[in-house]
Amino acid sequence: MNVVRKIIEKTGWPRLIIGLFLLSLFILAPFVGVKISTSLKDTVVRFGMNGILVLAMVPMIHSGCGLNFGLPLGIIAGLLGGTMAMELGATGPISFFIAILIATPFAVLFGWGYGALLNRVKGGEMMIATYVGFSSVAFMCMMWLLLPYKNPTMVWGYGGTGLRTTISVEGYYLKALSNFLKIEIGGFTFPTGMILFVAFLCFLMWLFLRTKTGTAMTAIGSNPVYAKASGIKIDRIRTISVILSTWLGAVGILIYQQSFGFMQLYMGPFYMAFPAVAAILIGGASINKASILNVVIGAFLFQGILTMTPSVMNSIIQTDMSEVIRIIVSNGMIIYALTRVVKGARK
Amino acid sequence: MKEKAPLLEMRNITKDFSGNIVLKDVSFSIEPGEILGLVGENGAGKTTLMKILFGMTVIHETGGYGGEILLNGKPVMYSSPLEALDDGIGMVHQEFSLLPGFTATENILLNRESTKYNFVTELFGDRMRTLDRVEMKERAEKAIEKIGVKLDEQTLVSEMPVGHKQFTEIARELEKSNVKLLVLDEPTAVLTESEAEILLHSMRRLSNEGIAIIFISHRLQECKDITDKILVLRDGCIIQEKATSEISVKEIAQAMVGREIKASLRDEARDIHKPLLNIKNLWVDMPGETVRDITLDINEGEILGIGGLAGQGKLGIPNGVMGLYNSGGEVLLKGEPIPLNNPLYALNSKMAFVSEDRREVGLLLDEPIDWNIAFSAMQVQNRFLKPVFGGLVKLRDEKAMEEVADHYIETLEIKCMSSKQKAKELSGGNQQKVCLAKAFTLEPEVLFVSEPTRGIDVGAKKIVLDTLKRYNREKGTTIVIVSSELEELRSISDRIAIVDDGKVVGILPATEPSTAFGLLMLGTVNNGEAAK
Repeated sequence: MNVVRKIIEKTGWPRLIIGLFLLSLFILAPFVGVKISTSLKDTVVRFGMNGILVLAMVPMIHSGCGLNFGLPLGIIAGLLGGTMAMELGATGPISFFIAILIATPFAVLFGWGYGALLNRVKGGEMMIATYVGFSSVAFMCMMWLLLPYKNPTMVWGYGGTGLRTTISVEGYYLKALSNFLKIEIGGFTFPTGMILFVAFLCFLMWLFLRTKTGTAMTAIGSNPVYAKASGIKIDRIRTISVILSTWLGAVGILIYQQSFGFMQLYMGPFYMAFPAVAAILIGGASINKASILNVVIGAFLFQGILTMTPSVMNSIIQTDMSEVIRIIVSNGMIIYALTRVVKGARK
Repeated sequence: MKEKAPLLEMRNITKDFSGNIVLKDVSFSIEPGEILGLVGENGAGKTTLMKILFGMTVIHETGGYGGEILLNGKPVMYSSPLEALDDGIGMVHQEFSLLPGFTATENILLNRESTKYNFVTELFGDRMRTLDRVEMKERAEKAIEKIGVKLDEQTLVSEMPVGHKQFTEIARELEKSNVKLLVLDEPTAVLTESEAEILLHSMRRLSNEGIAIIFISHRLQECKDITDKILVLRDGCIIQEKATSEISVKEIAQAMVGREIKASLRDEARDIHKPLLNIKNLWVDMPGETVRDITLDINEGEILGIGGLAGQGKLGIPNGVMGLYNSGGEVLLKGEPIPLNNPLYALNSKMAFVSEDRREVGLLLDEPIDWNIAFSAMQVQNRFLKPVFGGLVKLRDEKAMEEVADHYIETLEIKCMSSKQKAKELSGGNQQKVCLAKAFTLEPEVLFVSEPTRGIDVGAKKIVLDTLKRYNREKGTTIVIVSSELEELRSISDRIAIVDDGKVVGILPATEPSTAFGLLMLGTVNNGEAAK
């Protein structure tokens, strides 16, 4: 009895309920004609695609900047990296790494400015972050049209200027990671390269949080006054955390694209922050505490539900409502996750 | 059965936190108008007992309690503090539960405001009534008058000195018309002696009006002075229950700690003259503790006490030197200037600080003990890091952190389950020991200690003071100790500086009689009052 209660306490009710729900969907799937191998594959792929975007939440949570609602800024850095790599004529899997390389200075620059802004609005970071994300998307809507891109696969066919809303990455970095060492068993494909890359970045973050700077970051999130009294330059560490978050957002979107096959400009990044925020909260993170385990569990549960619910529901009610269900489920989970925010926050 | 049931009776109360027994078969009763003193070391179960009385949620979440509570002879069981409040039981907490951005009046009358009718109430109900500020002011004034203290009811709580916050909180409980029983959890811990005097006086008046009071305090003399009956708790059991007139302070103290307390002997005066730290014309902008113009020389290897009344600026000195509050002036360590407003530089210069504000400044409450102890040393001196991948990156050395934590857990007798326990789960005295351990780990040459014994029990107090003294004698660390308790300063310091109105008004050897210090503290205060 006591042991059971302890396990429940440790896992937390939300994760237990969602986990059981996901499990029941997997059990139900074969009975309503959904192939288990396909659903498993979809879940794993979506987990890999979104994993780093969820990981991007971690540094800012640790440094007490709250949840990174300004993730679109990082995504924009990634988009700039991706488009420029294609513009420069890099092709094949190597273009993926060139894209990351080009995105890095943008991410550092954006993150630095974004961090400086957040340091001036201590206490209201999340609200400001949301607007930073939104306004940067709006600004880039103009820039995508104005920037002098020339690559014919990217620009509008009729005018010859301005980037298209959706650009295929085929011939460039499509499946650059996913196809690396991929394993196929029947209908189930395991994107080894992508999962390995995600795991590698998670490991780097795990290492970073154990360095001196990482420890300082955690302490700031836990008690900024204590950190200050221990001689920590709070603003500097917070800026580092924002830069890291932004860079991970940039890398995250490139991973997303190489699996998805397309890059989505203009309003594409607009709502990207919310699923990532919801995932890490469902994974058990609070507003100033998050671990790599939270990232993995959260990304898996959130993406799992998001993949499974529409397909199972569709098969049950026999009409194509997948998009509607997807929207209801994903936004419902975001709302649910955000209501959990208060718990665990500093009093 | 007696002719009349007591106001409150707690029978055979037992409570454990996941197997760890904190209260064992505790029974007591209290009559109307009686003042009951509840004393015991930190962790003896006083606060838990009161939490049970109030039906705090933390009690229910951890599996409830055994035994029963009778109010006026009727068994009651509160599932939330609100029900206890409805029955006329008021509580003043150890930690302030006030809204900092609200005025004293608003805090005192929170949720019981006087209201006026306006037409919107027709539409939206009574929650929309307008506040009757004039009547509220009167009610607040009346409540404050009951305590008998001067307090501006329009001041924001955030701008008050701690003593006034405490009075505001007491006034809030008194304002309730039906209050029959008042629980005061260490109300005098943050008060100066004169403020405590006022409080004790008003307690007596309340008891004459028939209000029963449960008074929890570490200041045994106060308990002796004011209570009718004293209850000593130790390790969750009642050790002694006696009428106050039949027991001496020494007996109470003995019952509390369960061992003989020797009057700590003062060492003979030492002759230390080599200046180490020179403070010149220091000002510090610390709210409630403004330092105006301090010039002070601290000698190498001495223990310098800094005393003075609350709010006069004694706490501002270490906070300013260590760079935590905006300050100006000149600080020289061994002749080298130390830039102000730069905590890192101060720490790098081998100075360390144990803050008076344990919970806000001193600890990472959500982190384990070993983090709390090792963190500063890691950040300032690059210790507790080990290279991995052939020196490519340096990671936290969890093992070394645990070792140092275990070392201090043993030497400072920190009561905890392991070095991985979170700091917020420790009692006040043990938290203070963790703060000291943090400072010791930095191996400082100059150690500032601010109010090291505030709100901790006799046993922990002795360990803290003895440790400081031992550290000074063995390692030659210069210690600057700031405290409002003069006797404590006299027992440990070589010299004592008295601060008043942000200035040093005198430095005397600790061997001078306490009256000499008292005169220094009060002399200028009275002059100041007269000038106003």
